[in-house]
Amino acid sequence: MLSNALRMKFIVLAAASTLALAACSDTDDKAAMTTTPPPAQSSTTTGPSVTQAEYAPGSQGDLEANAGSRIYFGYDEYNLDDRAQATLSKQAQWLKRYPNKSFTIEGHADERGTREYNLALGARRAEAAKRYLAGLGIEEGRLNTISYGKERPEIAGSNESAWAQNRRAVSVVQ
Amino acid sequence: MNALLAWRRTLSFGFLGAFMAVAGLVAVPGDAHAQLMVDINNPTMEPIPVAIPVFSAQSQVPSRLPEMTKMGDDMAGVIAADLERSGLFRPLPRAAYIEQGLVPERRPRFPDWKSIGAQGLVVGSVNFLADGRVEVVFRLWDVYGQQQLTGVKYQTTPDNWRQISHRVADAIYQRLTGEEGYFDTRVVYVAESGSATQRVKRLAIMDQDGANNRYLTDGRFLALTPRFSPSSQDITYLSYFNNKPRVYMYNIDTGKQELLGDFDGMSFAPRFSPDGSQVVMSLARNGNTDIYVMDLRTRKMRQLTDAPDIDTAPSFSPDGQFITFESDRGGGQQIYVMNADGSGVKRISFGKGRYKTPVWSPRGDLIAFTFTSGGVFKIGVMRPDGSGERMLTESFLDEGPTWAPNGRVIMFFRGYPSRKGQAGKAELRSIDLTGRNERKVPTAGDASDPAWSPLLK
Repeated sequence: MLSNALRMKFIVLAAASTLALAACSDTDDKAAMTTTPPPAQSSTTTGPSVTQAEYAPGSQGDLEANAGSRIYFGYDEYNLDDRAQATLSKQAQWLKRYPNKSFTIEGHADERGTREYNLALGARRAEAAKRYLAGLGIEEGRLNTISYGKERPEIAGSNESAWAQNRRAVSVVQ
Repeated sequence: MNALLAWRRTLSFGFLGAFMAVAGLVAVPGDAHAQLMVDINNPTMEPIPVAIPVFSAQSQVPSRLPEMTKMGDDMAGVIAADLERSGLFRPLPRAAYIEQGLVPERRPRFPDWKSIGAQGLVVGSVNFLADGRVEVVFRLWDVYGQQQLTGVKYQTTPDNWRQISHRVADAIYQRLTGEEGYFDTRVVYVAESGSATQRVKRLAIMDQDGANNRYLTDGRFLALTPRFSPSSQDITYLSYFNNKPRVYMYNIDTGKQELLGDFDGMSFAPRFSPDGSQVVMSLARNGNTDIYVMDLRTRKMRQLTDAPDIDTAPSFSPDGQFITFESDRGGGQQIYVMNADGSGVKRISFGKGRYKTPVWSPRGDLIAFTFTSGGVFKIGVMRPDGSGERMLTESFLDEGPTWAPNGRVIMFFRGYPSRKGQAGKAELRSIDLTGRNERKVPTAGDASDPAWSPLLK
């Protein structure tokens, strides 16, 4: 499936950013943790060869190609940085283009917290994305949230790069 | 010589049926030697050497004798393993035993046991009765004092032999430490399998020694944080049934499930009150997590905390008067104590680092917790007023303490870093309150989120 191909591309690019991080890994771990740029998002990594026509309009693949489905958070944070806000703005436009579609926003945490707290943190992150989209005029009824805490990492890995990619909120088209 | 059967009493045996325990006494008092006793609070104590020969076998139905011979052997093995794992006892190898063919009705040849260094000697027998039940008799001897310390007779169905073994071990532990045992208990936990990104998590239950493992859920939905009811065969836990994370109650006997936290928003982190009549849990509403308590009879929920912070991981004090929980209201997570009605909130942890998942000891004297600082996870304990903080373990990820019913041993889970795209291993471990005797708890596969049962009835 094409969305899988895209995902692969995303992972490759994420790995590239891991290398970039490793290159400067002689800096303090903590500093690296807070200054790690979020991994490249699919909206900005879609090559020119991938066109909208290859997705069913209003599909998850369409969202990922044209808006981006993932936003990322700092360690133990749930505030939305500029990049996250930009992605959410595109998601809002996308939802306005497809008024029959709604989102389930999944909140996720990295593995470096306790189970219960991470469930609560995932709920905070999903809610932050929902609030932002609602603030851009999307009806709340189209925005469901669910927290997976640390139960569903996107990247299997116990390093700063994997953790940065797992601290995320994912918009899933319903 | 040894007057047995001084008195009788019948104990209820929960769902496994009824059995009888009969205490035996010796008529002959010991000599002037100090009585054998284990100082459980001494962190440098050497394990006490004990001898546990195979239980002698008899059968009123001749064809069942081979089965009894095996049972007598297996029971001695289970008892020895229980005592050994406690870290307080050192079972001596059978090959060293000089006296053979011991029976509970006869005094042992004490010099034979003294000469191999045994301080305690357990002598038992199993007898298949004509009515189909098995009679188990054991005596614990103080080798140096040359006197019986305890002795019990049980009658039960043959399939209960393992549970009776744990009861014998509990009786020995109790007689020698002065504390209630914890071997006749079970552990409910989360059995993990599969990849890191699609981890399968099933509820499972086993005896505390890892035997009789049984899966309670099929793994189609994530199952997390199970906790035992103190008074019934129920477990409360978090299930992602139909992609809605909610608190459920699961009956171990019937397999019946019931949705408890059916509210708008996720309910999680459930735990029973000490009398089993309430479940305290967290609710995440509009992204904010507070603590609520549900009365299981009326199904009414009462909100206990109301703050724009994450308040979670609540745990009752054993007298039901207080609740300890974690909150990030002060910045990072710290441990708080409040009255059971939500009033009088007091912070009790103040160290450098984060304090999480507080769990009140069944004795009431301590609160166990997870601590993180500098990328390291620890399990520690402190008094309910925050004093006397002690760290017991440390690793990449130690999390989720649970107490043995006697408040002497803590079980938790340890996670290992993920390598080469594989999910990190997860295992159950136990440690004595003194910080001694850290052990891996045997499980069939990866395991997390353990919860220790009360002593079985």
